[in-house]
Amino acid sequence: MSARMSARVPELCEELRGLCQRVGRRMQFMEVCGTHTVSIFRSGVRSMLPPNLRLVSGPGCPVCVTAQRHIDAAIELATRPEVTIATYGDMIRVPGRRGSLERLRAGGADVRVVNSTKTALQLARDNPARQVVFLGVGFETTAPATAIAVLEAARDGLENFSVLMCHKLVIPAMLALLSSGDVPLDGFLCPGHVSVIIGARAYQPIVAQHRRPCVIAGFEPEQILRGLINLVRQVAEGRAEVENVYAAVVSEQGNATALGLFERVFVPEDTAWRAIGVIPQSGQGLAPPYRRFDAVERFGLTLGEDEDHPACRCGEVIQGKTEPADCALFGTACTPLHPVGPCMVSSEGTCAAWYKYHRR
Amino acid sequence: MCLAVPAQVIEKTGDDAVVDLQGNRLRISTALTPEVGIGDWVLVHAGFSITHLSEADARETWDYLRQALGDALTEAGGEPAGPEPAVLPPNRPQDESGR
Repeated sequence: MSARMSARVPELCEELRGLCQRVGRRMQFMEVCGTHTVSIFRSGVRSMLPPNLRLVSGPGCPVCVTAQRHIDAAIELATRPEVTIATYGDMIRVPGRRGSLERLRAGGADVRVVNSTKTALQLARDNPARQVVFLGVGFETTAPATAIAVLEAARDGLENFSVLMCHKLVIPAMLALLSSGDVPLDGFLCPGHVSVIIGARAYQPIVAQHRRPCVIAGFEPEQILRGLINLVRQVAEGRAEVENVYAAVVSEQGNATALGLFERVFVPEDTAWRAIGVIPQSGQGLAPPYRRFDAVERFGLTLGEDEDHPACRCGEVIQGKTEPADCALFGTACTPLHPVGPCMVSSEGTCAAWYKYHRR
Repeated sequence: MCLAVPAQVIEKTGDDAVVDLQGNRLRISTALTPEVGIGDWVLVHAGFSITHLSEADARETWDYLRQALGDALTEAGGEPAGPEPAVLPPNRPQDESGR
């Protein structure tokens, strides 16, 4: 089956090349999702692109977009003797002002890597004398699990469970990128599994307000090439529409249960993104009935200003303004073993992908 | 981190389910896909099924995820993408994945 699909790749490349020639001018598309970034490198799609088609990576790696102020808040919480931090794996290696969670753990802090919010809740149930703080990072794919955990904590009166809310919404970030006008973009290759939750129709504002094509694609080379073909064809025909080449799993409406949970448990709120700053209504906060599970409120934290490493260019990388190789730290002071910025920490960070697949 | 992987539901009680993911058994919640039952194929992310899909699409998805992401996919297995709170032993060797 794989062999049959792979055999389609040369044909699709040829079709893409023909369309790009027809358009003639340079085109630049953004792949929003970090998983797309990795796949585009690893599969070799990047090296097969026609010369006038350029792909830039976007703000789609949850670890990479988390603002320094949230990392520092997590690290501050981890230093408190009564707190257990429960987090998805990548977060523990992101450097903050006072080291990383990993380093704190080596010094005795209670930092647990979990694969599900269910495990974080269980930690709270099993350790009633401890305050378990879950780091709620990620986009719409990951946020429903947090909503369910908060509902269960409320139902069971688990008052020793809370969430540091860092969840991000992908559409406001895409709109903000276009509004800033800093990066010329002809369209978006839209994330596959975020779209399972939000549905294809969620991209309509981008098409309506900015007239940029949006095409949802899966992660294998054939899917990515089909996505690019649809994008270039829209440019060639002067159209800007939402198209979905991943209809096997992405519906028009999205996952109604998950979207209902967002309505019930979360409220959209302004939130800070790494180096970009605050994007209006781009985050998920806890709705008033659940606010007592917000770690910032429970522990009286003040989210300060971000103090990013002065030479680190992750903030520009996640906006497609800079390529990793243009950063003075890339591959020298900043490597996967000793990351300075989050784009080198996460396996789906743009810098990590470049380091692995594209080092000059 | 937003990667979900296909698996088949093999046990289900309420929202609690056990899925078979390429020979590994994982405990997940089906709270986000209330319509699925035993035998159905789902995409799993961070311990939750996020959508129902056909067996053919599930097998194709697994094929191309492995083809496209390889070791990155394995890395994802330790993160929310690939829940591995597997407390049950695998029921068969990993390479007998029915491909």
